[in-house]
Amino acid sequence: MNDRLPPDVTPVRNESGIPIEPVYTEEHVAASGGLALLGRPGEYPFTRGIHPLMFRKQPWTMRQYTGFGNAADTNARFKYLIANGQTGLNVAFDLPTQCGLDSDDPLAEGEVGRVGMAIDTLRDFEIAFAGIDLDRITVSLTVNGSAAVLIAMYLALAERRGFDVAKLRGTAQNDILKEYIGRGTWIFPVDASVRLVGDTIEYCARHAPKYSPVSVCGYHIRESGATPTQEMAYAFAIACAYADEVQGRGLPIDEFAGRLSFNFNIFGSLFEQVAKFRAGRGLWAKIVRERYGATRPASMWMRMIAGGGGGGLTYEQPELNIVRGAYYALISALSGAQTMALCCYDEAYTIPSEYAQRISLRTMQLLIEEMGLCDTVDPLGGAYYVETLTNQMRAEMERIIADVDARGGIVALVASGAIQSQVSAQAYQRQLDLEAGRLRKVGVNCYRSDDGEPAVEFHPYDEAGARAQVAALAEARRTRDGAAVTRALDDVRRAAAAGVNAMPAIVAAVKAYASVGEITSALVAVVGRYREPVRFEG
Amino acid sequence: MSRPGRARPIRVVLAKPGLDGHDQGAKVVARALLAAGMEVIYTGLRQTPDAVARVALEEDADVIALSSMAGSHLAFCRRLQPLLAQAGLTDKLWIIGGNLPRQDHDALRALGFRGVFPTGSRLDDITRYIEENAG
Repeated sequence: MNDRLPPDVTPVRNESGIPIEPVYTEEHVAASGGLALLGRPGEYPFTRGIHPLMFRKQPWTMRQYTGFGNAADTNARFKYLIANGQTGLNVAFDLPTQCGLDSDDPLAEGEVGRVGMAIDTLRDFEIAFAGIDLDRITVSLTVNGSAAVLIAMYLALAERRGFDVAKLRGTAQNDILKEYIGRGTWIFPVDASVRLVGDTIEYCARHAPKYSPVSVCGYHIRESGATPTQEMAYAFAIACAYADEVQGRGLPIDEFAGRLSFNFNIFGSLFEQVAKFRAGRGLWAKIVRERYGATRPASMWMRMIAGGGGGGLTYEQPELNIVRGAYYALISALSGAQTMALCCYDEAYTIPSEYAQRISLRTMQLLIEEMGLCDTVDPLGGAYYVETLTNQMRAEMERIIADVDARGGIVALVASGAIQSQVSAQAYQRQLDLEAGRLRKVGVNCYRSDDGEPAVEFHPYDEAGARAQVAALAEARRTRDGAAVTRALDDVRRAAAAGVNAMPAIVAAVKAYASVGEITSALVAVVGRYREPVRFEG
Repeated sequence: MSRPGRARPIRVVLAKPGLDGHDQGAKVVARALLAAGMEVIYTGLRQTPDAVARVALEEDADVIALSSMAGSHLAFCRRLQPLLAQAGLTDKLWIIGGNLPRQDHDALRALGFRGVFPTGSRLDDITRYIEENAG
């Protein structure tokens, strides 16, 4: 419709490629499909929200991403955040833990406790969560390649602490397919990894039915170069791959779909993001109902964490990231997020300081307490622009998903590197646009400032702490029942080789204080390691 | 595009050191170097110091480029430097980019990484630096 614009008005498209009109009316809403898929909050297709009262009943969970050093260091930061009003925990693990390596592995040198908490055995988990009420504070484990082991550790910890695992709430990221596209903490080959995700979903459905074993991440796909519609469409395609795996084992969709959740990015145009989430809720509900035959409404809910958007934050003038974070929180609130985590202003430089984390937490609390964001559900619902864009974004997501299916499905496209190549080509184009000034970024290619280096407090790397972690692992190995560990690891290998669900054997191994690296190695011995395809076509 | 007096395009081994999985930047730089007519051998993730030195030698690299986003750049470069020296690669151009705090730049240069490109560097600056400084 942009061709009707006066010559002095510049045509605009959003990042998803949809032309934006200078003014919207009811005619645009009707032309885009009308309000047929709107519904009421809490009713299919849930475009306006998954619950009838949303934040009026309960504000979003506040869950800043936190973890560094050893378990004791991280436990202290957890308690600081809880004391300041945080209502959940979002655990950052160091790279060795995320890649299934023990702290004494040669490949872990210089990385132990650096970007997250180092975990080797259940002993570390006992320290990390000491004094934290796992019934009251829900815990999200940001781990993927080694997620099966860390989920097992969390369930074992909760059981030993006397919590009823059948009622235990919490989330693991455990979305391996996106790790091959962005983030990169894969371990096993693609097919074996999808089976292992299936093992965790199936195991939790049977033993910990309130636990969310997977948080499917559009987030990192967006960070890697995807548009907002691609972000959501690829995430749904990935969620379907996991659902196919589990449904193929005979577990009915309504017994596990309700515990699938999502993690989405927030940077970019405010209205495009709000429309993305509203469109996505309606589309996911339709997929789960029509493709999988779900009948329980809760199976159809697109539950999500939102608020992060590292790709939108800048190294230049980092204090502006506080302002961006406030807008991202506003977008998340307007979009009906269940959980919110904001990137901290200093994150382009370092692990966030306590001070930076408190600013992020207070930003969310400001929205709840001062800005009226919890007073009414889907406050942008009915706006001509938002409803038109919601319809257009949903149609575009459906087109992308159909295209993925026609090209052989998301698992094949990830295994071949096709998705990786496509999003990296887009990231390259985005960088060229930024450098040419076609894409404006405050502080980067306009409104630059020569104030010199900003005052950012760097988080020091604790080399003594890393050595202490290695010593603690040696002590754990010395004091455990070695024969029991050997038997447990044999059981893990046997389960993987037999193609049965490996989770019972992994849980038993964790309880015997087998380490993350030992259990991962047992699995690698059977299924092998991933080899990364590298492609640079457009 | 080959430069005058240069018998072949500049060959760049571009590596992701250590366990850091953030490869968006490395892949964007790889595309920029390819567009500038260079040959790029991208190693993919999880490279050890030994692997970087071996690939650089085997591929007859003119440029050894690292992309580090997760803070272990100094620890990695301290281990890589003697291996590159042993392999006889000290006359090659060593560069590094990524999340590199300013206070670490002198230490990186002292280790032999002459080109240091922190977050916010422009692609054309990286490309020009390589064209002007590669062997």
